[in-house]
Amino acid sequence: MEVARYWRTTRQRYQLVGEVCPNCSGKIFPPRDVCPTCEKEAKTPFAFSGVGEVYSYSTVYQAAAGYEKATPYTVAMIRLAEGPLVSAQLTDIDDKDVAIGMPVEMVTRVLREDGDRGMLVYGYKFRPVMV
Amino acid sequence: MRDVSIVGLGQTPVGEHWDTSLRELGFRALESALKDAKAERVEALYVGNMLSGHLTGQEHIAALIADFAGLRGIEAIKIEAACASGAAALRVGYAMVAGGLADLVAVVGVEKMTDQAPETVTAAMSMGVDADYEAMQGLTHMGVGAMLMRRYMHEHGFKREDFANFAITAHANAAGNPNAMYRSPISARLFNEAKPIADPISMFDSAPAADGAACVILAPTEIAREFSDKPVRIRASAVATDTVAADDRRDPLYLEAAAISAQKAFAAAGLGPDDIDLLETHDAFTILSALSLEACGFAPRGGGVRLAQNGEIGLRGRIPITTMGGLKARGNPVGAAGLYQIVEVAQQMRGDAGVNQVANARLGMAQNIGGTGGTVVTTILERL
Ligand SMILES: [Zn+2]
Repeated sequence: MEVARYWRTTRQRYQLVGEVCPNCSGKIFPPRDVCPTCEKEAKTPFAFSGVGEVYSYSTVYQAAAGYEKATPYTVAMIRLAEGPLVSAQLTDIDDKDVAIGMPVEMVTRVLREDGDRGMLVYGYKFRPVMV
Repeated sequence: MRDVSIVGLGQTPVGEHWDTSLRELGFRALESALKDAKAERVEALYVGNMLSGHLTGQEHIAALIADFAGLRGIEAIKIEAACASGAAALRVGYAMVAGGLADLVAVVGVEKMTDQAPETVTAAMSMGVDADYEAMQGLTHMGVGAMLMRRYMHEHGFKREDFANFAITAHANAAGNPNAMYRSPISARLFNEAKPIADPISMFDSAPAADGAACVILAPTEIAREFSDKPVRIRASAVATDTVAADDRRDPLYLEAAAISAQKAFAAAGLGPDDIDLLETHDAFTILSALSLEACGFAPRGGGVRLAQNGEIGLRGRIPITTMGGLKARGNPVGAAGLYQIVEVAQQMRGDAGVNQVANARLGMAQNIGGTGGTVVTTILERL
């Protein structure tokens, strides 16, 4: 991954910062500056709480280049408490059975390695909420 | 606007063409389509391709193929819309002829995938999903498809086994298609016992990467019979888009671009789902056939899988799909897939589908899906 591209998206990837629409109050992730619901300008930053539940998931056995070392790993679509769906890996699931509806929370982890000398890309993953 | 017809068809066998380069593949399909149309030259060439840059290190392939084919000097442009590149190129060729900018146009879909290692191909295929927010997280094209399938099973109460007939039908039909990659039938047991690649998707839910090229020659319908005894009319052509990331959609299980492009095509043709004799679905994953059938109005929400279970998608069923093997068993040279669909529907309209001929087929439809639904091209062909 290119360094400039990495820094462009750090706020989203480290802190799950999206936007809130001043017109309809809809919460937007990822940020896109135009509200997908009412199509009005929406540039007000909004930090998501990072809690949500599993909408769907899959364990990936055939990874893309850059992700082979972690194979197999489990990806999920998470319904955030504030509304939007976000896609991310699940982590710290050990032997737990993942299920649709499972409560999860955001954590920061290494997403990918660009070879032995390349950069480590950090970003959000989600783990089961500790009870 | 002028009425447009397909006056020539060409295709290479789909598979691993280790001895054939990207440009040769494109040329072979073009050459056989020109021969079929009894034509020597075309005024323009549009090439649908998704991955030549990433997998072959070559862009600019429309000019390359034009030169290789001895057509130096003609207009030639590559069109890219992820897995929908093939039918997107047809859309451009159609517009050129319909708009009167050209009389004889070739549209080629070509892809060369088997030179590269699996992880490279997986990364390349995943360029059709959102790079910053899906692929960056480790999601693959198939991983997104798998999550749609799991959610569909959850919402509608299906098991993985319930999708078997999509794959069984595709393989059964590929057995009768000499250009198909996998020509042997599969059983429900084989489907059920297959290991997951991105669960619940197994190798029998997903279409294999392959090399291949397909081509059609387009002409105004009023002069179509100068080139072909059996011209096939393009009754409607429509493209629609949706979010590239599946998680950005209002309802990820509703392919809005599939619905919009189908509605536009039906409206332009003055037709509805009941008029269609066969449908080439974009079965890159079994779930996409189900979602496509539902978005186009052939089945209610949750009813796509039911159609397959009830055997209504076979060659003699209510709505035959993947009639020459589909992406699943004919094979999926990704940027060419949409053109293979068009060539196959045209074969059906001409009555040239051999043992796979759908009886009395007069109207055939193809739906080519880019990524997981970000671009969808719907085309309706008619026997003249
Ligand atoms: Zn809004």
